[in-house]
Amino acid sequence: MSNEAAVAHVHRDDEGSKMGMWLFLFTELLLFGGMFILYASYRFMYPDNFKVAAMRLDTLIGAVNTILLLTSSLTVVLAITALRRNQKTFSLYLLGFTVVAGGAFLVNKFFEWSAKIHHGIYPKGPEMANLSDGESVFYGLYYVMTGLHALHIIVGLAFIIFMMVFIARGKQTGDNCQKLENAGLYWHLVDIIWIFLFPLFYLIH
Amino acid sequence: MENVSYLDYKGKHKGLLGWILSTDHKRIAILYLVSLIIFFLVAMTFGFLMRLEMLTPGKTIIDPQTYNALFTLHGVIMIFLFIIPGIPAVFGNFFLPIMLGAKDVSFPRLNLLSWYFYIGGAALVLISLFTGGGPIDTGWTFYVPYSLRTQTNVSLAVFAAFVLGFSSILTGLNFIVTIHRMRCPGMGWFKMPLFAWGLYSTAWIQVLATPVIGITLLLIILERFFGVGIFDPALGGDPLLYQHLFWIYSHPAVYIMILPAMGLVSEIIPTFSKKDIFGYGPIAMSSLAIAFLGYLVWGHHMFSSGISDTSRAIFSFLTFIVAIPTGIKVFNWVATLYKASIDARAPFWFVVAFIVIFSIGGLTGLVLGSLNTDIHLTDTYFVVAHFHYVMFGGMGLLFFGGLHYWFPKMFGKMYNEKIAKLGTLIFVIGFNGLYFPMFIMGYLGMPRRYYDYLPQYQIYHVISTIGSWVLIIGILILIFNLLKALLSKSNTTTELNPWGGTTLEWTVPTPPPLENFDVIPTVTHGPYYRPNLIKPEKSH
Repeated sequence: MSNEAAVAHVHRDDEGSKMGMWLFLFTELLLFGGMFILYASYRFMYPDNFKVAAMRLDTLIGAVNTILLLTSSLTVVLAITALRRNQKTFSLYLLGFTVVAGGAFLVNKFFEWSAKIHHGIYPKGPEMANLSDGESVFYGLYYVMTGLHALHIIVGLAFIIFMMVFIARGKQTGDNCQKLENAGLYWHLVDIIWIFLFPLFYLIH
Repeated sequence: MENVSYLDYKGKHKGLLGWILSTDHKRIAILYLVSLIIFFLVAMTFGFLMRLEMLTPGKTIIDPQTYNALFTLHGVIMIFLFIIPGIPAVFGNFFLPIMLGAKDVSFPRLNLLSWYFYIGGAALVLISLFTGGGPIDTGWTFYVPYSLRTQTNVSLAVFAAFVLGFSSILTGLNFIVTIHRMRCPGMGWFKMPLFAWGLYSTAWIQVLATPVIGITLLLIILERFFGVGIFDPALGGDPLLYQHLFWIYSHPAVYIMILPAMGLVSEIIPTFSKKDIFGYGPIAMSSLAIAFLGYLVWGHHMFSSGISDTSRAIFSFLTFIVAIPTGIKVFNWVATLYKASIDARAPFWFVVAFIVIFSIGGLTGLVLGSLNTDIHLTDTYFVVAHFHYVMFGGMGLLFFGGLHYWFPKMFGKMYNEKIAKLGTLIFVIGFNGLYFPMFIMGYLGMPRRYYDYLPQYQIYHVISTIGSWVLIIGILILIFNLLKALLSKSNTTTELNPWGGTTLEWTVPTPPPLENFDVIPTVTHGPYYRPNLIKPEKSH
C-alpha cells in the first residue's frame, strides 16, 4: 500500500475515496442481504404459495424496468469515459439519459403498485385476508424489497443529478472525477440488486 | 501557530461552535467522550434503580411496568450509546491517526457526521421516552411478536437504534480506509500498534454486521405501521427468523464491544512492562480471527428457541472455537508480564483487574456455550452475570483504563494516581459484589428480567444491591478524580511521555497540536521496540 497519501485532510486520495465507497456498497449489499435471507427462508417454508403469488406479478413491466435500469447503468459508464475525454456536454447528455431512465423506472413501479393496491393486495388490504399465509408473506416481502429498492433509486438519482451540477460547474472534470465514479458505482449497485429482485419475484414460478 | 494545542486552537468558529463544527479528529473524540460519559451515568442510574427495586421481593420502590422500562432502557442506552461506540469513537478517533503517524482520519467530515448521527440517535431515544406509548418495555433485544404488540413507543426507539447503527458504520468505514491509506512511511501492517489492529478488526464488523440489524429494525417499524407480516406469526411470518437476523448482528456486535478494549490492553501492558509485547503477530491475527469467527456463532443465543439439534451442535462447537483466539491473547499478555520490570501505575491496575474479571466472564461463557448447561442456565441471572463480566468488566473497565492511560496526553493534566488506584480497587470490589452473586442465584434458577422473586433468593439480591452501591462509589471516585484534575490549574503537564510508552502518540506535544505532526514521522521499528533494552537479538 502506498504511503504518499499521508498528508492529512488537505490531501486528495482517489484510491481512499473509492475504497470508502466500496465499503459503503458492502453495507448496502448486507442490508439487502438480510432481506434475501428472509426471502430464501420463506420460499423454502411456503414453496407453493410463493408460486401462486408470483403468477400475479406483471412480468412485462418487470422486464421493461430491467432493460431501463441496465441501459441507464451503461450510460453512466459512458458518461464517465466521455468526461475523461473532456466531452463535457456529451457526458451531461448521457447522465441525463440515466436520470430519465431511472425516472421511467419509478413511474412503472408506481403503476405496478397502484394496480396491486387497487386490487386490494396490500398489507391489511381487503384482498390480503383471503390469501394464504405464504402469499401474504410474499406480498409483504414484495412491497418491502421493491420499496426499499425504489428508495435507493431515488437516492441514486439525486446523487447523479448533483454530479451533473458539479460537472456543469466544472467541479468534476476529466482528471478529477472520483465523485462521479462513486455515483456510478452506487448506481450499478442499485442496478445489480434489481437484477436479483427481478427473477426472484417475477420469473421463478 | 505551529504548536497550538487542539484544545486552544481557534478556527473559523469560536466557542462551542468551534467544537461541534470542528472536523479535527481529536475534538470529535472529546465530543464523543463527553456524550458517552453522560449516557453512561444515565444508564448507570437506571441500573442502580433496578438493583434497588430487587432488594426485597415484591414492590420496593417502583411498579412492574416501570421496572420493565428501566431494564430495557438500561440495556439500550448502555449498549447502543455507550459500549458499541465506546472505545473506537473516543480513543480510536483521538489516537488512531496519531498512532499511524497521520494528521487526521481519511474522511474528517464523515467523522463529524457520524457524531451527529450519534447525537441524533440519542435524542430520538430520549424523545421516545415521553411520546407515543411511553418508554419501551421489550428488553434491548426487541423480540417479536411482543415488540409488534406492545403499546409502548417501540417504533421510535428502534428507529433510534437504526440511526445509531449508521453512526457506527461510518466510523468503521472511516477507520478501515484510514488504516489502509494513512499509515506513515515505514509503518507496514505489522508495525502498527496493536490498538490499531483491534480497531481494524472492529471496523470490519461494524461495516459488515450493522446493516443486518438496520434492515431488521426497519422491518419492525414497517410491521408496526403497515402490518406487512414478515415476522408476525398471525400473518404467516416466523418470529424465529427475527431472532436469527437480530443475532447475526448482535453477536458480532459483542466483539465490536470487546476487540478495541483488547487492543487497549495490548498497548498498556508493554508500556508498563517496559518491554516489547510477547507474540505481536498472534495477538494481531487473533483479533481478525475473533472478528471472523464471531460471525458464525450467533445461534448460541437461540439454543432454547427451537432451532434444530444439528445447528445447535454446530453453533456450540463454533462457540468453543472462539475461545481459542481469546485465549491466545490472554496468554500472550501474561507472557509479556513474565520477567518484566513492571511499573504498576494507575492504568496498569485496570489491566490487571480486566484480565481477572474478563477471564471469569470468558470461562462462564463456555459454560453457557455448551448445550446441556445452557438449557439449565439460559435466561437466568447467570447470563446477566456472564455478560456484565465480559462487557462491563471488559469494555467498561478498559474505557476507564484507557481514560487514565491517555488522560495526561489528551488534556495536558495529571490526576492524582493514589485516588485513581483507590477508585479502581473499590470499583473491582463493588463489581464482584454486584455480579458474582448473580452467577449463584442464576445457577439456582433465578430468572432474569423478573420483577418479583421467591424469598430464598433474597440474600443474593441483597449482596448484589450492596455491591452496586460500592461499584457506583468507585466509579464516582474515578470520575471526580479526573474532573478535579481537569479543572484545577496547578497540575498542568507538558511532559511528552509520562509512562514511558513507545508508540507514536507519546512523541507529539502534550496536548497534541491541531494537525498532530509538523513533519510526518518515518517508522523503522515495531511499535513496542525499546532500543536500550538488553535482550536476545531477535527484534521486529
